[in-house]
Amino acid sequence: MNEPIMSVANVGKQFGGLIALRGITADFKEGQITAIIGPNGAGKSTFFNILSGALKPSSGTLKFRGADMAGVPQHDYVHRGIARSYQITNIFPNLAVLENVRVAAQAFRSRMNIWTNRGVYEDIEDKASATLAAVGLSGRAGTLAKFLAHGQQRALEIAIALVADPALLLLDEPTAGMGPEETREMVALIEKLAADRTILLVEHKMKMILGLSDRVLVLHHGELLADGTPEEIRANGEVRRVYLGQNDGYA
Amino acid sequence: MSVVRNVELAPPSSRRGLAVLFPGANRWRVPLSVLTLCILPWVLPSQALAVNVLIYGLLAVGYNLLFGYTGLLSFGHAAFFGAGAYATGIAIGTFGVNWFVAMVVGLAVAGFLATIMGMLAIRTRGIYFSMVTLALSQLVYYTALQASSWTGGENGLRGFTVSTLSFPGFSLNFLDPLVKYYAITIVVALALWFVSRALNSPFGAVIEAIRENETRARACGYNVERTKLLSFVLSGILCGLAGTLSAMHLSIVPLDSLHYQTSGLIVMMTLLGGAGSFFGPFIGALAFLLMEDIFSLWTTNWQLIVGVIFILFVLYLPKGIWGTLISWGKGR
Repeated sequence: MNEPIMSVANVGKQFGGLIALRGITADFKEGQITAIIGPNGAGKSTFFNILSGALKPSSGTLKFRGADMAGVPQHDYVHRGIARSYQITNIFPNLAVLENVRVAAQAFRSRMNIWTNRGVYEDIEDKASATLAAVGLSGRAGTLAKFLAHGQQRALEIAIALVADPALLLLDEPTAGMGPEETREMVALIEKLAADRTILLVEHKMKMILGLSDRVLVLHHGELLADGTPEEIRANGEVRRVYLGQNDGYA
Repeated sequence: MSVVRNVELAPPSSRRGLAVLFPGANRWRVPLSVLTLCILPWVLPSQALAVNVLIYGLLAVGYNLLFGYTGLLSFGHAAFFGAGAYATGIAIGTFGVNWFVAMVVGLAVAGFLATIMGMLAIRTRGIYFSMVTLALSQLVYYTALQASSWTGGENGLRGFTVSTLSFPGFSLNFLDPLVKYYAITIVVALALWFVSRALNSPFGAVIEAIRENETRARACGYNVERTKLLSFVLSGILCGLAGTLSAMHLSIVPLDSLHYQTSGLIVMMTLLGGAGSFFGPFIGALAFLLMEDIFSLWTTNWQLIVGVIFILFVLYLPKGIWGTLISWGKGR
């Protein structure tokens, strides 16, 4: 049971002459919340894109539940149980809020059927509605997604990933651009979600991370600088030097 | 602004959710469209114009599936229109098959061509996609120009006529303009029914998701390339159908039907009417052909006037005539 759900071995990524990631090795245990932190340009986004299949590593291996993900196309990741949200809100702006989530749920039932009315999949409809309710967007189901306020778009962003019911949920700065109240609500949601799934998140808000996560990875210049519990990371002198100490306005 | 707490209305039942996604107008859009098309010959200045609205409208509907719903701007759809027309004409004129087989041949050739062009074009995005489709359709144009023993070259394809549509048990006189009009209307109605079903299907939801956000659609688990290819092929077959109807209507296939100006015409009609709306392409075809009819009485440079009007539309009514009306109807 304590098999890692995802393991990353010696993963590196190069863009032309630029080395974005170098020899990252880490195992992610089932049921944990892991935060990935690091200064700008540390390679967090690249690492996240590799974990979600948007990029393939230049070297090293990525295994999900023991299976090598090298030959798996990105669109199959979610079918294996890995879903992600995006730092910059990445929704379907001119579709209704409910349709945003419904179309994401539909991928598990029908993808190329050109003949059946999509309305016959009532379970998909219900699942989408339930997911909207879970993130507090039920009242906006019929609104076009582009008309939602920023915080609501962030919630929809999470809902689209969540409706896939992933075993591993990757959240890229889930509280980006949110005020303190919205951030608190998002933290509560993440804690609720973590009850039955593994969560990996990239964040900048240190107080939030230290309170929420079971484990923290610190990236710096494309390398894994530290890996440990929030307390260990807080106590780590090198981490304080490169990251925590660089400005005090991080919360 | 609440993120996770549900402070707003109670969750709607899934039925109400359905009503949000499929308003009543959708259910009636095919019958209403067909009804409108049935009235056209009686309200337009000429029946010839009405037939053209049918054929070019269908052409734009086929294009709209790719452009308006999938979000891919092709500049090469004349290739499918022309291929359908030429294949039908050659099947009848050279091989002497009956009209129905000729239509099937037209659709098959257009579909085959769309599969090849689609597989090549879909590897690229944005302006490159448009340029690849344009280049490939020009390839088809010059092939037709060179293969004059088959296609008649510059003179176009002549020497085939469909004078009767024979069915088991009865036949229709295709030379009677009204019979011809309604016969074509029946084919167009079937095509519209098919398009409507496809748009309401899971596939219809996926192409709109791809139009809205390709990256997210892929992350949601959709094979974006395969879905785009299917949309491209369906769109090509529908444009091919418009081509076969055009060939049977005119009894000639002008080489111009493959020209890139025809591709531009399709884009223009679709945009004028409203890309991404069901009936918009017919409105666009009607508006364009009416303008051509009226302005060409005044001046041989009628395209100048149409061009100015088109620019005004792009600037001030980007949703097109029908798309704008629908927006008003929804109160947005």
